[in-house]
Amino acid sequence: MTAPLLTVENLRVSFPTHSGRVEVVKGLSFTLGRERLGIVGESGSGKSMTGRSILKLIRKPGLVTADKLNFEGIDILDQNEKQMRAIRGARISMVMQDPKFSLNPVMTVGEQIAEALVTHQKLPRRDVQARIIEMLHAVRINDPERVARLYPHEVSGGMGQRIMIAMMLIPEPELLIADEPTSALDVSVQAQVLDIIDELVRNKGMGLILISHDLNLVSRYCDRILVMNAGHVVEECAAGQLANAQHPYTRGLLAAMPVINETRDELPVLDRTQWAGT
Amino acid sequence: MAIDQQSAPPSPGPTLAHRRVQRMLATVGGFAITLLLTFLGLLAITFFIGRVIPIDPVLAVVGDRATQAQYDAARIAMGLDLPLWQQFISYVGKVFSGDLGMSVSTGRPVIEDLSRFFPATFEMATLGILIGCVIGIPLGVTAAARQGSWIDQIIRVVGLLGYSVPAFWLGLVGLALFYARLRWVGGPGRLDIFYDGLVSPVTGMILIDSLLQGEIDIFWNAVSHIILPAAVLGFFSLAYIARMTRSFMLDQLSQEFVTTARVKGVPERVVIWRHAFNPIRVPLITVVGLSYAGLLEGSVMIETVFSWPGIGNYLTTALLNADMNAVLGSTLVIGAVFIVINKVSDVLYRVLDPRAR
Repeated sequence: MTAPLLTVENLRVSFPTHSGRVEVVKGLSFTLGRERLGIVGESGSGKSMTGRSILKLIRKPGLVTADKLNFEGIDILDQNEKQMRAIRGARISMVMQDPKFSLNPVMTVGEQIAEALVTHQKLPRRDVQARIIEMLHAVRINDPERVARLYPHEVSGGMGQRIMIAMMLIPEPELLIADEPTSALDVSVQAQVLDIIDELVRNKGMGLILISHDLNLVSRYCDRILVMNAGHVVEECAAGQLANAQHPYTRGLLAAMPVINETRDELPVLDRTQWAGT
Repeated sequence: MAIDQQSAPPSPGPTLAHRRVQRMLATVGGFAITLLLTFLGLLAITFFIGRVIPIDPVLAVVGDRATQAQYDAARIAMGLDLPLWQQFISYVGKVFSGDLGMSVSTGRPVIEDLSRFFPATFEMATLGILIGCVIGIPLGVTAAARQGSWIDQIIRVVGLLGYSVPAFWLGLVGLALFYARLRWVGGPGRLDIFYDGLVSPVTGMILIDSLLQGEIDIFWNAVSHIILPAAVLGFFSLAYIARMTRSFMLDQLSQEFVTTARVKGVPERVVIWRHAFNPIRVPLITVVGLSYAGLLEGSVMIETVFSWPGIGNYLTTALLNADMNAVLGSTLVIGAVFIVINKVSDVLYRVLDPRAR
């Protein structure tokens, strides 16, 4: 593994409620090289908040603290908004969950992709156009000139998500955070979208954080896996070693997965008393 | 829609440009037909309301000391002895030839009265809605972008005042302060008395007529007279527009695509104006259009306080004098204004929102 791209130590995210601050991420630590890291966990386990705090997108009154949140020698928590804008999109980018909501309904696809590019690079218009077409090709859109003129409501979910990927990768960031990129898609296009992310990330030698609740999917597309539960990392292992997971939560999750041709009459349910209090 | 159109194989026969022109003509034609039907509906409603209200139009003409013979003669002369449907047809025919009848209270044709009174209201309402938009929209956007800040609080107070302060009170206080004490603005009326009647009416709007005729002095005098009533009207629409803009913006700012824009590293100013504001232009048009139509009805309070010869005043006077021709004529004009504003809003929706095309 090369020098780490991202170092996170003791990351904490909290929000105020009437009964005091509630921590949703409680002391998360990991390092990431130019590799593919999967973060798995159930709803509310803090995985999305982890992704957003790396981009410093947690809005007040949310509070992010960490002993270290270092991206390529830059202390993220130390950056002001202006410095963060130079990092967002250009160096760290994020693919969001549902293209129905995450694409601007009144801008054409081409305009939105162009915006991601020209925010960070001053280019002549013709070059911008060429880059957009090339990028749409890269996400396997067959007729990029036509698609660039469409509005988001005129494209399908799978195509919308490929457009999202094109938009987030066009400034050539070093780290891509994919926050449940396929949860809103049909199973049939999930693999297609993930294959595209995988191919582009490998080709460009980027780092990837794939946030998902799907253990199988993450173990297929990632090198390393963090399992989160209630704001803590409960398990960290190489993707291939998932079967040997130690923590009762992970073991419970694995046991609850049905397998084709199995003979169990009843799938076990998570017994949360085993690790409560961790 | 766009997909079928562009991926369809080039068919023989009419060319694409040809078809586009045809489609445009069809749109314009359909538009004209709906406009006409809406207007006919409006005519029917005003006509029948005019016939069912318990005011005797003949009595208003002949006076209450007329003999029965005089009364009957006038009734026949006015065509009121005919069946209702014949009256309606002749009414529609007259309206389309520009004849709205004589006004009993002013002794002039109603159409002539309206062409004098409506431009005065139109001028003031237009300036009022401009003030409301130019100040109200940025205020609402800023309040939403900085929710909970001092500017947000100020806008809440302004909004509250806009709902609770009576218009005539604000007008009177404005006159007392800016006209009587500070002498910053002209007083009631559209012009100072020695300028009155110097510009011949072309559009009926003094601001435009004076400029057309190169009378700069009169223009500035008219500005000094209109600015205060327009500002008072503007204040009320501003309060409403700012509040609505704020709530539309708050809704947009919590949308995922706004986060997407931030992820791209787009400056906050662009996030707010391009990504959050552009999608709310459509609902804003509805809000502004309705406020504008409301102002065009003429505010009796403001027109009375400022001695403004507008349609609100005219309509009220006509109502009090049982001057049915004037009432129906004014109602028709106000109805037509609503129709036009609704149609313009419809067209703007389609321009601004790709989903509505």
